[in-house]
Amino acid sequence: MAVGSAGERQTPGIAAWPRMLYRRSETLRGYTLLSPTMVIMLLALAAPMALLALYSFWSQEGYVLSTHFTLDQYGTTFGRDTYRALFYRSIAISSVVTLVTVLLAYPMAYFVAFRVQKSKFLWLILLTIPFWTSYLLRVFAWKIILGYDGVINSGLMSLGIIHEPLEFLLYNPFAVVITLAHAWAAFAILPIYVSLEKIDRSLLEAAADLGDGAIRRFFRITLPLSLPGVIGAAVLIFVPTTGDYVSPALVGGSEGVMIANIIEVQFTKVGDWPLGAAVAIASMAAVGIITLLTVQALRAAVARVK
Amino acid sequence: MSARRTQRPRKGRGLLAYAILYLAFLYVPVMFLPLFSFNNSMFIAFPLSGFTTQWYAQVWVDSAVQQALWNSLKVGITAALVSTILAVPAAKALTRYRLPGDASILGLISLSLFVPEIVLGISLLILLNAVAIPLSLMTVVLGHVVICIPFAITVLMSRMEGFDKSLEEASLDLGESGWMTFWRVTFPLVLPAIISSLLLTFMVSFDDFLIAYFLAGTDATLPIYIWGQLRFPYKLPTVLALGALILMASTVLVVFAEFVRSHGIEKGKRPMVGA
Repeated sequence: MAVGSAGERQTPGIAAWPRMLYRRSETLRGYTLLSPTMVIMLLALAAPMALLALYSFWSQEGYVLSTHFTLDQYGTTFGRDTYRALFYRSIAISSVVTLVTVLLAYPMAYFVAFRVQKSKFLWLILLTIPFWTSYLLRVFAWKIILGYDGVINSGLMSLGIIHEPLEFLLYNPFAVVITLAHAWAAFAILPIYVSLEKIDRSLLEAAADLGDGAIRRFFRITLPLSLPGVIGAAVLIFVPTTGDYVSPALVGGSEGVMIANIIEVQFTKVGDWPLGAAVAIASMAAVGIITLLTVQALRAAVARVK
Repeated sequence: MSARRTQRPRKGRGLLAYAILYLAFLYVPVMFLPLFSFNNSMFIAFPLSGFTTQWYAQVWVDSAVQQALWNSLKVGITAALVSTILAVPAAKALTRYRLPGDASILGLISLSLFVPEIVLGISLLILLNAVAIPLSLMTVVLGHVVICIPFAITVLMSRMEGFDKSLEEASLDLGESGWMTFWRVTFPLVLPAIISSLLLTFMVSFDDFLIAYFLAGTDATLPIYIWGQLRFPYKLPTVLALGALILMASTVLVVFAEFVRSHGIEKGKRPMVGA
């Protein structure tokens, strides 16, 4: 073996050098394998986002796009009361959605990580199937459940429990919250489950041996150690929710309109792309900052508890 | 002491009850779609008035549904193939090589998970408009590849991390070329993840509404078609029937994808134990 490979090494001529260099350099090979994906990501993700940012500094004058630098769009974005109100509402709804989804998902993830012994895989599949099925149809399902003539109202009326349909069910922020808490369930369960599963069980045994009760063990060991999963889940839910379009449009009504609905209108009916771009960039930046600050604050809080 | 001992199973049962309620919360709302799709009434309301399959018959003969379904299949299959083919070498690079800056590369790749879909949609719309590429099903594919790649890479990376690197090294030491090692060692071991990735990315594309909504131009995919129908109350029963069919098909596909993935892991472990 050794002789064979040594003999081989002598043979390559000068022309083979770049080839050998390529074969030797892990880094170069790695980057080559990554390059097609990176090209797509740069062309179809990074470049469009950069262009979106550029557009937000331009303006739409009638049918003509003016590429003259201006801050007008941001002036409108921050100046209009309706936009500000919608932005605050988006943040408020998304925060509640995140909180509710994570709180509901935590015990579920805890159950699978600590209580289920043999059929973990089955539970995880059961919990992820709905995630892969049509988001649009799941939102639609809530519309027919909460609707004026919907499942709950008609069900309660045919049972004789109520005589008038309950109007508060659909077309409000509450409907958006319950719809999205349902839609994002897997996004919350999986990261929390992964961080719970990683916890070294001997830590819990040690704490139990040293006399910590179940509740103390949970708050001093399980919860702090699972917090990376909780934070991951919260970010995965909060950020996309601030930009959700379908739920506000289908079940939110006029009280549940969110920032994405404003952006969509600018790109379709109104046709003011620079303004739509500015609203999108401004809200993404604000959401990014809020998310970062909250995550930092949470991490600091955990560090103090530890 | 004895109080604590009796407490334990009761607490376990409480969590089990919660878990079952949670599953009900996940599944029951969606079940109303198939339930009312067989109801013999224009109105989606209790009490159920009678059994019918007329809504399914209407879906079956609707040429707009057929066209939208065909479009969605074309887009979904192309997006699944493209994103999985791109993700295989990328996942290999990210698991097998020590790359400077791989954290930021992974960051860029998974960026689309953290950017609201509406922003992905409008920014691609702006770019395509700027370079004068007309909207079509192909532009939808482009948008879907961006959101599919993170899923494909996650599925493939977890599989590649799961098997023994020394199998590939042994093949290379025994004189196989890099390409042959890929085909004879890596590919068969990763195959379950590839199949799973193809199915899951197909689902991501097939389900997506918002990106397709901005990038499809005049061609409707199935979610765009459904969105258009939701405005007309008299169309709702057929949307229910169509929705029930989609839910059933996608559930079968996802269960299959997950079983292929897990089955492959067990099978992949066996030769490792033997070696």
